[in-house]
Amino acid sequence: MDKQTVKINVNGTDYEVLAGQNVLEACRSIGIEIPYFCYHPNLKVAGSCRMCLVRIGMPARDRQTGQLVKNADGTPKIAWPPKPSIACGTKVADGMHIVTDDESVESCRKGVIEFLLLNHPLDCPICDKAGECKLQEYAYRYGAGHSRYVENKNVKPKKVEVAGKIMLDAERCIQCSRCIRFSNEFIGRSIFGFVKRGSKTEISVYEGADNTSNYLLNAVDGCPVGALTEKAFRFQMRTWFLKVTDSICGESSAGANTRVWSRENKIYRVTPRTNPEVNEMWMSDSGRYVQSRYDEANRLACASVDASPCDTSYAINRCVEIMKLGGVAIVGNAWQSLEEMYVMKLLADVCGARVHFVSHLGEDDGKLVSADRTPNMRGAFATGLIGEYPKADLSDLAADMESGKVKVVLCFGENILELGISPKLLKKVNVLYCGILKNALSDEAKISVPLRSEFEKDGIWINRQFRAQKFARAVDGPEKSVDDLEFLLTLLREVAGDGFKLPGLSDIRREIGEKIPILKACCDLPPEGELIDGSAWSGIDFPEADAMHFNAGKLKGTKE
Amino acid sequence: MAIVVERKRLSLLERCYLPQIVSGLLITFKNIFKPRVTLEYPDQRPVIPAGYRGAPTLVKDSQGREKCVSCQLCEFVCPSKAIRVTPGEIDPGSPYSHIEKAPKKFEIDMLRCIFCGLCQEACPEKAIVLQDEFSINGLSREDFVRSKQALYAAGGVLPDRIMKWKKVKDNAELGGNR
Amino acid sequence: MCIFSTTVFDACALLCAASVSAPECSGGIDWFGIFMQVVWAFLSIIVVMSFAGLSVVAERKVCAYIQGRYGPNRTAIPIVAAIPLVGNFLKKNGLMQLVADGLKFLFKEDPLPSHVDKFWYMAAPVMALAPVLISACVIPFGFYVGDGGEIMPIAAANFDVSLIFALAVGGLGVYGAVMAGWSSNSKFPYIGAMRASSQVISYELAMGLSAMSVVIWTARTSDSPLSLFEIAHAQVDWWYCLTQPLAALIFLVCLFAETNRLPFDVAESETDLVSGYHTEYGSFKFGLFFVGEYGHMVVGSAIFTTLFLGAWNPLPGIEWPASWGWAASALSVVTVLLKIAAMMFFMIWVRWTLPRFRYDQVMRIGWKCLLPLALLNFTAYLIFASF
Repeated sequence: MDKQTVKINVNGTDYEVLAGQNVLEACRSIGIEIPYFCYHPNLKVAGSCRMCLVRIGMPARDRQTGQLVKNADGTPKIAWPPKPSIACGTKVADGMHIVTDDESVESCRKGVIEFLLLNHPLDCPICDKAGECKLQEYAYRYGAGHSRYVENKNVKPKKVEVAGKIMLDAERCIQCSRCIRFSNEFIGRSIFGFVKRGSKTEISVYEGADNTSNYLLNAVDGCPVGALTEKAFRFQMRTWFLKVTDSICGESSAGANTRVWSRENKIYRVTPRTNPEVNEMWMSDSGRYVQSRYDEANRLACASVDASPCDTSYAINRCVEIMKLGGVAIVGNAWQSLEEMYVMKLLADVCGARVHFVSHLGEDDGKLVSADRTPNMRGAFATGLIGEYPKADLSDLAADMESGKVKVVLCFGENILELGISPKLLKKVNVLYCGILKNALSDEAKISVPLRSEFEKDGIWINRQFRAQKFARAVDGPEKSVDDLEFLLTLLREVAGDGFKLPGLSDIRREIGEKIPILKACCDLPPEGELIDGSAWSGIDFPEADAMHFNAGKLKGTKE
Repeated sequence: MAIVVERKRLSLLERCYLPQIVSGLLITFKNIFKPRVTLEYPDQRPVIPAGYRGAPTLVKDSQGREKCVSCQLCEFVCPSKAIRVTPGEIDPGSPYSHIEKAPKKFEIDMLRCIFCGLCQEACPEKAIVLQDEFSINGLSREDFVRSKQALYAAGGVLPDRIMKWKKVKDNAELGGNR
Repeated sequence: MCIFSTTVFDACALLCAASVSAPECSGGIDWFGIFMQVVWAFLSIIVVMSFAGLSVVAERKVCAYIQGRYGPNRTAIPIVAAIPLVGNFLKKNGLMQLVADGLKFLFKEDPLPSHVDKFWYMAAPVMALAPVLISACVIPFGFYVGDGGEIMPIAAANFDVSLIFALAVGGLGVYGAVMAGWSSNSKFPYIGAMRASSQVISYELAMGLSAMSVVIWTARTSDSPLSLFEIAHAQVDWWYCLTQPLAALIFLVCLFAETNRLPFDVAESETDLVSGYHTEYGSFKFGLFFVGEYGHMVVGSAIFTTLFLGAWNPLPGIEWPASWGWAASALSVVTVLLKIAAMMFFMIWVRWTLPRFRYDQVMRIGWKCLLPLALLNFTAYLIFASF
């Protein structure tokens, strides 16, 4: 794919950049930063902040002949307009000359910062944006460092709650209009808008209108200052304390790329991570609170045998003993990582166990919450764990249990009591429950072993696009929990009677890459993930609808 | 290169060492009657010079407002990780609710504190001040972790000349630029 | 154990001294006389021991004052300290610190290192203290007027060779250091012991010679010039420090060396030998060494007072008239005790003024300086006394 390029000159040096982009992006692509507030790569250009002012000149042409005018030394003469232009709103053109670092540009930036700060409350110590605030950053880098403004500052509404999840502080707003454009363009509805004029312009919310959306918090991420802040994160922790871990949203098979912000084993917030092929810069609001499912109160805190708490290693040993009796069935779901599914498949083969997966379906919003609420269903197909799309109940397993074919049920995180297994039937078999959360089954089970959530382990998920993406461990799991992969490998080793040394995560990934050709990329996944060949499963009727960067018909289409 | 230092030739009197001993004895004898320089510590207290870096404390302004807004810069800058702030929102009923944020908990572990004064330097509100307390006692490790109440009790009042937050409030209430 | 052996040793020594000092008793054994001698002996031991204790306090206070400090003034024994005036006086002057120090030595764990020669290790502190207490018996602390109007010394034992006895027994004290150094089986005590013994050998010569010049001067007027009582008695008009200043100076310097006081404490110089010959000792055994050292100082001061400072005579040319009877005796005892106290102060004062000599300097002073001077001095007085 040959892209057209243009030659430009930035600060006296010639570069060749892709045509069609604006000056700001072009400069960024060659490593020259131009400051900006209102520009957003995924939104329309507004040009309202004036921070990206640079000097842009084009080669002068003779008005009569249309010929390039040359200097005495033969170089083309550049016609510099008397005023600077905004870099975000100007497309690059061949021969364009750009100056981003001379005195006039610096003074433009200084002036813009001074104007923006005139009525800004300068309450950084209490502002949640501090530390990741563009205004703070640029005021420090480009501002004058002091204020000449002695009059009273404008008073605007503060502490306005929007849709129960955003706190709006109009005094901090710099009128960049990003949130307005976001709501209009992405959500498709007007939620935010400006009222009043001049220096009294205020950001406001349409009263009485429907301002609920599952994507509203992206406006908070987009806000370059602290005007819009997340209510749940309000005054929780300063951003500079938080450790950022790249992760994947486990809400659905959309697999939005996320960042997990944690400090001392506590997750404070989850924000989207840019991946132009998956979620661009957005994620759902509900996906930001997935970690609340794993609150301590809901967790299976301690391993138990016959409902009495015990050491995790003892519980695992008992699991092995019971599994050796034979007649094992495995119940699982697609929250397990690809590596775990691979080992689960080996374990199922060793035990001769049939694997029953449970599907979790919901409403598809056509954006970043897909109908399949499990993040790794494609992974279960890819590892060969399942061959057809799982049902939402376990009638097959119930039949097997009834006939006495199944004596032991190794159940991963599913409450089979709610899935068509009656308590009477449950009494006939040994149930080994291993999962993150406690439920009715974890109390009933012969043995229960606490496992770890996606925030507490490393792994790979394959999303609806058949894109393998990795997530990393952000926090430590509860003290008595065991890493899922380690648990499965221990079971495999003991049940198979194969005294192998427990391999590490990278060994497993390498083995997957070697054994399963389509998952070759899993050995070393790039941060943005990698598409794998899913054509083998084009006959499967996946429930996801067309959505952002996802065409459900495309996969099906390959079959025809 | 060895340097040879010429030594003074000593006279017989000097060599017999006795006059020197006598003069030394006289000096020490005179010293007996000179005033004592020892500070009898628990009874007498040393004069703490201005700018002394004793125990860090939290201060209130002259109106009794707690100055700390829990920006956690002190916690961030603290090289020994002695400070632990849990931020919180000011109760809406409070006269200072316009400041929005105040520490819910503010703890300084005096066993970790190294009295470097970086917290005082970093504080944008001049709320944490190293004062003159130098003798910090306790019977358990927990005794040395000072709570917010203890820190305010030790800190007292530091008059705020700028009254930034009062200006903000007055501007908002008394018809600022609406 | 140590206390017990010290007591046994003392009792034997006292009995010996008592039997030696009863020449007039030719017939049956004078049991009352022996009993009285034992009482006297204990009295002199009490005097020496309490002086030693007080001088520990004095040491700390004087050094504090010289250095601009207060010295111990905090220790308070609960009930005693509550007594008005007295309690405060005792506390401020560090006298209760003395009790605390003593109790500390008594109640500390008494370790016995595994590598030591146990018998000699235990015996050494006794050997350090016992000779001091024995030689205290011959010190005349004053005089009393006998039944026949003659002047008699207040001493546990009074015999013709008491000066020789005092010097000889006092010199035995170094055996404590040698035994400690050898039995400790450790290098620093060993080096300390070597230094102590060589120092004592070096300085005893000059010390004895300087004392001899006093003896020959006394021999001009007395039949038994080796008796401390006679020497004291001979100093009514001219004290020997005035007639024999060089001998007095040599004796004084040797006294410092003999008692291991600064500037001659190379045997326990903590800069190079940790703690010298008693490095391996702790608690009460160390306490015995400690008290022994101060006892040695007290006895040495007493001998110096007797030899050179006119003993019980208040001033040169003035004596307490025998006609005052008991009052004169009392005054004489007070005079001697004051002089000993002054000497003790002097020794402390010197300690906090002068730095320690190097070991080679100690040897050079002893052999090349003091010994020839003492010889010269002795020869000169010998010639002078002969004419």
